[in-house]
Amino acid sequence: MSIATRESYGNILIELGEENKNIVVLDADLSKSTKTAGFAKKFPERFINAGIAEQNLMGMAAGLATTGKIAFASTFAVFATGRAFEVIRNSICYPNLNVKVAATHAGITVGEDGGSHQSIEDIAIMRSLPNMRIIVPADDIETRQAVRAAANMDGPVYLRLGRLGVPGIFDENYTFTFGKGNLLKEGRDITIIGTGLMTSKCLEAAELLEKEGIRARVINISTIKPIDEDIIIQAAKETNKIITVEEHSVIGGLGSAVCDVVSAYCPVQVVKIGINDTFGESGKPEDLLIKYGLTADNIYHTAQKVVGSKK
Amino acid sequence: MESMKIYANQLRMHIINMLTESGSGHPGGSLSAADLLIYLYFKEMNIDIEDKDNPNRDRFILSKGHAAPVLYGTLAMKGFFSSDELKNLRKAGSFLQGHPDMKKVPGVDMSTGSLGQGFSAAVGVGLGCKIDKKTYRVYTLLGDGELQEGIVWEAAMAASHYKLDNLVAIIDNNGLQIDGTNDEVMKVNPLKEKWESFGWNVIEIDGHCFSDMEKAFTAAKQTKGQPTAIIAKTSKGKGISFMENQVGWHGVTPSQAERTKAIEELEKNNS
Repeated sequence: MSIATRESYGNILIELGEENKNIVVLDADLSKSTKTAGFAKKFPERFINAGIAEQNLMGMAAGLATTGKIAFASTFAVFATGRAFEVIRNSICYPNLNVKVAATHAGITVGEDGGSHQSIEDIAIMRSLPNMRIIVPADDIETRQAVRAAANMDGPVYLRLGRLGVPGIFDENYTFTFGKGNLLKEGRDITIIGTGLMTSKCLEAAELLEKEGIRARVINISTIKPIDEDIIIQAAKETNKIITVEEHSVIGGLGSAVCDVVSAYCPVQVVKIGINDTFGESGKPEDLLIKYGLTADNIYHTAQKVVGSKK
Repeated sequence: MESMKIYANQLRMHIINMLTESGSGHPGGSLSAADLLIYLYFKEMNIDIEDKDNPNRDRFILSKGHAAPVLYGTLAMKGFFSSDELKNLRKAGSFLQGHPDMKKVPGVDMSTGSLGQGFSAAVGVGLGCKIDKKTYRVYTLLGDGELQEGIVWEAAMAASHYKLDNLVAIIDNNGLQIDGTNDEVMKVNPLKEKWESFGWNVIEIDGHCFSDMEKAFTAAKQTKGQPTAIIAKTSKGKGISFMENQVGWHGVTPSQAERTKAIEELEKNNS
């Protein structure tokens, strides 16, 4: 069963809204797409539509946070982190206010709307802000828990959510721990680190590799900031080679965050799979993933090369 | 009202002294807003220094955050911190940051400085107040040049859309900004018509006249179903003869000699 992380976000918001009267949700005329519409219907008095005005969306969320509210502000990732960047910087992160920027339609799987609407730089932008924490959940179960965790922690959080349905990875026994990566598959030949919708493709690639006798370790990193240094250092030490996979620019995202850790503590080869410093384009999400190399097949071939390159 | 004139004079002395000490900061726009800040903090707003985190207190957000000296001086006079601290303005290690920082300065309700954002946050505070069914009021002070920021009009639209009659935006209309007059740089007039067309109750006053302020803030409280904009006509650098209405005194601080002259003028006002 496949469900988009934006759907999971919309569903859990309603639960959280029932549990905690301090939760307010803001949107910028995209509530049907960001899936905050369910919350809006259930709790109209705690839903604020900013209209098509993303700067004020974030500014109002900051003001609401000063009155003790837990403010979830939603719009597309490209507008949240682009148009409203400096409001997030100065009115949310600088005063460390309790605002959750829950941005949907991240990455190229926005699809048909094309490159103008496909955020491939949002993680890089948000990573550079002090006080900001970043979570990119991989599936429905992780999203629900991550949104809950974000609501329960004080201060700014950037939640990166997708439009496209993604397969389930975790079962009901899974517990999301903020700041911790998950070892999904043990292996000693190479480590593949994925985030968001790419994690399931990393698992697929590992299975293909296994058929050829290459045992790949697979790690899911949903908290990109602060990143789980221990799991990365251990992987670097034990497998000596790392591939990172993300639906984001190879500049400043998961791959860069992993390199920051590895280069400081245990320098090994890191190969980044992601969007190679280019904008996206219109097309079916599945077709775009193929065109931009965000497939299990490409991860598999890259891993083959990296493993074979030095023995 | 007489006491407020004395307070305002004292506040202007604080502004001149702290800016001379720091050697950096914004005198013109601080002096133009001095009378307004005194009225707000000593007459209008419900703030109890003994219970300063009371969730029902009125809020003030200095959206024109570069006028931090006028706010810091007022907060010190109100008792949020010692006025001895004012001399440390903008110095390393001091909590008195160049622009208001709510995490560092006691009494500051929102960090501001990037123009337009404080106003947007004030609209958020007004919304939070309504959601909680509380009755406190939210005041925010904007510069007239600040009105050139797009976010101001996004927020103005939202405030009237959500009928925030608990919100008062005061525009410190001194007509000057860094590069010249508003008219030269980017025309913001007609202000009254602009705010009215955005659904606001608009009141025009002399921003240095306390009885005007009393009438305006009383009328704002009685206005239901819409926010109030008070367009306060002011003089940049007000109170210091050689600074008044001079573009050049936006972001330049007084020398020791200029300080002496300014303080002499202010002392004369008191006698």
